[in-house]
Amino acid sequence: MSIWEYANPKKFMQTSAWALPGLIVLTVVCMAVGLVWGFFFTPDDYKQGSTVKIIYLHVPAAMMAINAWAMMLVTSLIWVVRRHHVSALAAKAAAPIGLTFTLIALATGALWGQPMWGTWWAWDPRLTSFLVLCLFYLGYIALWKAIENPDTAADLTAVLCVVGSVFALLSRYAVNFWNQGLHQGASLSLDKEENVSDVFWQPLVICIAGFVLLFVTLVLVRTRTEIRARRLAALLSRERLA
Amino acid sequence: MIALLLRDLRLSFRAGGGFGLGLAFFLLVAVLVPLGVGPEGGTLAKIAPGILWVGALLACLLSLDRIFALDFEDGSLDLLATAPLPLEGAVAVKAAAHWLVTGLPLTLASPVLGLLLFLPERGYLWLVVSLAIGTPALSIIGAFGAALTVGLKRGGLLLGLLVLPLYVPTLIFGAEVVKRGAAGMEIGTPLAMLAAITAGATALLPFAAAAALRINLR
Amino acid sequence: MELVVSDLAVERGGLVVLAGVSFRLAAGGALVLRGPNGVGKTTLLRTLAGLQPAVAGSVSVPPESLAYASHADGLKAVLTVTENLAFWAAVYGTGAGAVAGAMQRMNLAALAERRAANLSAGQKRRLGLARLLVTGRPIWVLDEPTVSLDAASVELFAWVLRAHLASGGAALIATHIDLGLPEAEVLELAPFRADGPALAVAGGFDDSFDGAFG
Repeated sequence: MSIWEYANPKKFMQTSAWALPGLIVLTVVCMAVGLVWGFFFTPDDYKQGSTVKIIYLHVPAAMMAINAWAMMLVTSLIWVVRRHHVSALAAKAAAPIGLTFTLIALATGALWGQPMWGTWWAWDPRLTSFLVLCLFYLGYIALWKAIENPDTAADLTAVLCVVGSVFALLSRYAVNFWNQGLHQGASLSLDKEENVSDVFWQPLVICIAGFVLLFVTLVLVRTRTEIRARRLAALLSRERLA
Repeated sequence: MIALLLRDLRLSFRAGGGFGLGLAFFLLVAVLVPLGVGPEGGTLAKIAPGILWVGALLACLLSLDRIFALDFEDGSLDLLATAPLPLEGAVAVKAAAHWLVTGLPLTLASPVLGLLLFLPERGYLWLVVSLAIGTPALSIIGAFGAALTVGLKRGGLLLGLLVLPLYVPTLIFGAEVVKRGAAGMEIGTPLAMLAAITAGATALLPFAAAAALRINLR
Repeated sequence: MELVVSDLAVERGGLVVLAGVSFRLAAGGALVLRGPNGVGKTTLLRTLAGLQPAVAGSVSVPPESLAYASHADGLKAVLTVTENLAFWAAVYGTGAGAVAGAMQRMNLAALAERRAANLSAGQKRRLGLARLLVTGRPIWVLDEPTVSLDAASVELFAWVLRAHLASGGAALIATHIDLGLPEAEVLELAPFRADGPALAVAGGFDDSFDGAFG
């Protein structure tokens, strides 16, 4: 029994159908607990007041925006190396979700920035890199949409994803170099002393877990849709030929 | 390889080849920006490095789809792919031809446009140096984008959407060199990074572009 | 020097169009592939030329021996006849002598300095075929070589082809027009048309996930 068995569409459909109900419940519970705890049962920050509570959306969304791209990179490479179609379709399915997380991170950041920095937008390195990431997502999705043959589209988007990853990293470095910003340091990290304090930290971890679960659930649902769409297209083209 | 380079150069110099279009576009940008921003020397001098780099980048983008699309339409890309010439080499050569007819003229013309935008005196040398080092990266990254979109009917717009995000690091480091040069600051780091991007892209992207071409020809 | 194709299956747009195609082509031989439009002649030739992967089966051919000519001629309109040929001669490393010889044999010498844009459709086709001579490759893989040629030019083409065969070359030609080559073998492709279960790419995605829906 190897992990590649799940790359078989049949196995994937079966397993995901079995796992989805549980995942959905877990996602809802996790996000509800995390958000309610975070929004209503944590104290206001002594400097930032109640605006601090937007981190329960902002930080997990920003993390997942990057992780979604990382997942697309991995699944694209699996497609290139092992030619598992489910993997390519999972990458396709993850892109709009990643884009949405990116937009959520940008929007919540703007909402927080207005009262805190006095501006909706600043050309801060972190903000700018997310804007660039947003452009990468748009290009990737547009390329999928533009190509008719699904295998050609999977191949070309995989190449774009790999090359794009390198350039996205380069952009991150370049943007850092270009402007030292006013964004605060990482809210969570293992080696730093100046983390957010425990009262904020515990609900935040639950929120992050909720966002991870949300991402996994959405990717599974969308991959199932893509598999069905692919099947439909195959049946139609068979019909035309018969 | 040399035959392909000469052929591409000849094609772009002959009628309808589009040589000079990029240069004219570059000139237009340098003329239009002061019209929009206002004639104050101080403002223009401040934004000149950025405007010149963005102008060069857009001028480069203008002619990217010609790198492969024409050969794809008349069938010579098929024949090139079956010829005893590695496709990776063909990509590199075609990107080099693109640079010779767009990037190089842009670099040579840039001091004149710097004059129009009141670029500080110290900046001219670094403007030319940064464009000379950076524009090859624009051509090779563009060739990769062109290879991705070669089979598409309306690939031009998509090409822009795919290539411009990839241009971000080159633009940042390129404009930074000119900005710092004009201000009399240390330019070593951005210049080294710019050169690194060009070197890395030239070494690796022909393989990605050739892979994309093979997929598109299938 | 021999082209051996065994049990080849080729796909177009994710569907297998031809399966089980086998033939062999030896030096001095010509093989004409026939079949109705859409049967997969072009797809088969593109697969042999290495432009797309085969779904199944094998193709064995000595390295650097194929010259492929698609129905597009790959001519550059703003280059002259000589320049067009000289480019391919340089790519294949055959030199200027090959160019002059090819123009002579395809009856293009009088047009040497004319731009390809100003050639008639038939003259362009002849230039496209002259490119084959320039490559110096023994096995020609031709897709509809005689489209838009007049009777005299078809005859000229048959004559050039015979000379090529006589000098130890071989040719694989997809066409639905009579070439005036009675000595060529004919392979009818219609019987190899894939249908039924063979239609989906074997071992491919569409195949494997049929099961996912019972």
